[in-house]
Amino acid sequence: MRPMVRVEGVTKRYRLGEREPYFTLREALMRALAAPARWSRARRGTARRAADAPYLLALDDVSFAVDAGAVVGIIGRNGAGKSTLLKILSRITEPTAGQIDLYGRVGSLLEIGTGFHPELTGRDNVFLSGAILGMRRAEIARKFDAIVAFAEVEKFIDTPVKRYSSGMYVRLAFAVAAHLETEILLVDEVLAVGDAAFQKRCLGKMGEVARTGRTVLFVSHNMAAIESLCQSCILLRGGRLQGIGPPSEIITRYMTEELLERGGGAEMSNHPGRRRGSIVMLRSVRVWSDGVEGGGRMGARLVVEANFAAPRPIRPTFAVTIKSANGAPIFGVSNRWTRQGAEAEPLRGGLIACEFPRLPLMPGTYLLDLYLGDFGDPTRDLDVILDAVTLEVFPSDIYGTGMLPRPIDGPVFCDATWRVQEVGDSDA
Amino acid sequence: MDAEEFAIDSAVDRPTAEAAADALQDSVADRAERPLLTIRGGRRWTGLGFVELWKYRDLLLLLTWREIKIRYKQTVLGIVWAVIQPLLTMVIFTLLFGKLARLPSDGAPYAIFSYVGLLAWNFFNTAVAGSSTSLVGNSNLITKVYFPRLVIPGATVGAALFDLAIAATLLLPMMLFYQMTFSLRLLMLPIFTLLLTIVASGVGLWAAALNVKYRDVRYALPFLLQVWMFVTPIIYPISFVPARWRWLIALNPLTGIIANLRASVLDRSFDWRNLFISTLVAVSLLIYSTYIFRRLEREFADLI
Repeated sequence: MRPMVRVEGVTKRYRLGEREPYFTLREALMRALAAPARWSRARRGTARRAADAPYLLALDDVSFAVDAGAVVGIIGRNGAGKSTLLKILSRITEPTAGQIDLYGRVGSLLEIGTGFHPELTGRDNVFLSGAILGMRRAEIARKFDAIVAFAEVEKFIDTPVKRYSSGMYVRLAFAVAAHLETEILLVDEVLAVGDAAFQKRCLGKMGEVARTGRTVLFVSHNMAAIESLCQSCILLRGGRLQGIGPPSEIITRYMTEELLERGGGAEMSNHPGRRRGSIVMLRSVRVWSDGVEGGGRMGARLVVEANFAAPRPIRPTFAVTIKSANGAPIFGVSNRWTRQGAEAEPLRGGLIACEFPRLPLMPGTYLLDLYLGDFGDPTRDLDVILDAVTLEVFPSDIYGTGMLPRPIDGPVFCDATWRVQEVGDSDA
Repeated sequence: MDAEEFAIDSAVDRPTAEAAADALQDSVADRAERPLLTIRGGRRWTGLGFVELWKYRDLLLLLTWREIKIRYKQTVLGIVWAVIQPLLTMVIFTLLFGKLARLPSDGAPYAIFSYVGLLAWNFFNTAVAGSSTSLVGNSNLITKVYFPRLVIPGATVGAALFDLAIAATLLLPMMLFYQMTFSLRLLMLPIFTLLLTIVASGVGLWAAALNVKYRDVRYALPFLLQVWMFVTPIIYPISFVPARWRWLIALNPLTGIIANLRASVLDRSFDWRNLFISTLVAVSLLIYSTYIFRRLEREFADLI
């Protein structure tokens, strides 16, 4: 496969301004006046070296190559350099060092509605925005009907867009960009706007674009979308390339790194959430899923593992209550009810693990209450810690469609099947 | 720095002979497939960018047209404003300088004499003032999409040119009213207008680029333009200037252009010497400004 984009050692350094990023003439004059002093200091070797000056490395020696026809997701936390990378690839800003070879025309969609003017009609804006995105006028004229049909604004196409609803505005703006026909398409987090139905259509269009063999670089926080659309994924962290590979692998790595920073295994001996009257038995708790500490992805196998030490041998019961971040219980599990381990040998200490084979939680942060008890003491739990640890759940393309239930549908997702059949007497 | 190369394609094991053949083919393909575009960090100079500007001529036209359309949106008189402004100024100037102060006008009716000068000056003034704030005013475009930045001040100059064309139509009834001859000299008008556009673009690009970095330009420029107007023969003819200062006045590129614009409308002989100086200054100014613009352009998105 030949590469479509080759990035070699790209670095972007921003100077950190104390105030506004631009200078006034007065400052320039002051700098000019101070230049001789600076020069003499430099000769005596007392000047601050340029490297000590306040710089921000937005991108630090990033290299990778993207094959023709690949759809590549770019992930990383805010400030990791994702947008800077797209801005450099789309020539909005220049790299400080490094080289980029582009083997095709580049179209970029870093924002919905770039170049739209509220006073102009939908028709005028389609032409204007299309030209700004790099289309020739004849090309826009050819695609005009398709654009308007995609946006579903036929009736209002000669109305100034300031009278559009925000939904219509976004649809029209996206429609123009979606009809760009460059070999390389750069897309920033633009799917985050618009209503759910529109987002679905955007994802559909992105999938369509991907199938036409064009090369797409796609920044998103929507892991489900990345997983369903992309064949490969780039992870950036603090301006450095952290990894590149299959999306599921890279997304897992990203989450692991995110959580490692917060610390996965938590010390429980002196936890402030311990209920009064508890016997300190829970020593530490670890929440993990395949390769991820402190949480997991939707639908993944999740394990809550506790180290305990008891003053006398116990047959431990371990209950876990999962609560939303604001403390509302969602569900709880306990082996006291399932009677697993009720007949086991009593232990003075060890490890008890509670496993969820398919975590049914929507993305978000959750709190865990932990209850350690003894089958020999059915009336009460011996050690109770409320809000013991947090559980981080990350999105995953659980249905294989790039779509997820909406957050307003609740914190839990569930499997279901549908069946449609014709009813015989419908024409009677 | 340990720059690692990460390739996305998965390597598939193949018989070595086949792989070698492929490698050969790849290297041939590599030589044939040059990158369409290479972006290099820390490069210094990339030319004046006129070729790329030509590639984006559709965008230039559309932005010009947007500028024109927006300017007269929700006005009752619309495009008529392009005529009213210079017309009223001309009436006031004629009363004040022509009748009251009795400034000379080389024997032509003062109204038409000053109107030609005002048309040129109004265009220059609008184009330069508009250009100077055009980049900052379009920061949303500059930070979100790539296109040759020259297009933005270019569109402002284009819109001003459109206004000039509208306002110039008034010359026809004026010339009929004063029973002036329509000579072949009028055919030179497009050339002088082109020169005027070059001067306006030259000053406009310079101001636009500097204003991104130094916002002082916005405050200093109106004052500069006011002074410039008085040192340009608009309300007075060049002959009004003492002979020993005429060489200095001639260095102002507008001098030669306005004098010759008048010559073609009033059917006088052209001032070739001043035209030559103006052309020279105008072209050097445009090249210099484009050079400055292109050098600062690389930082626009980071500074704006």
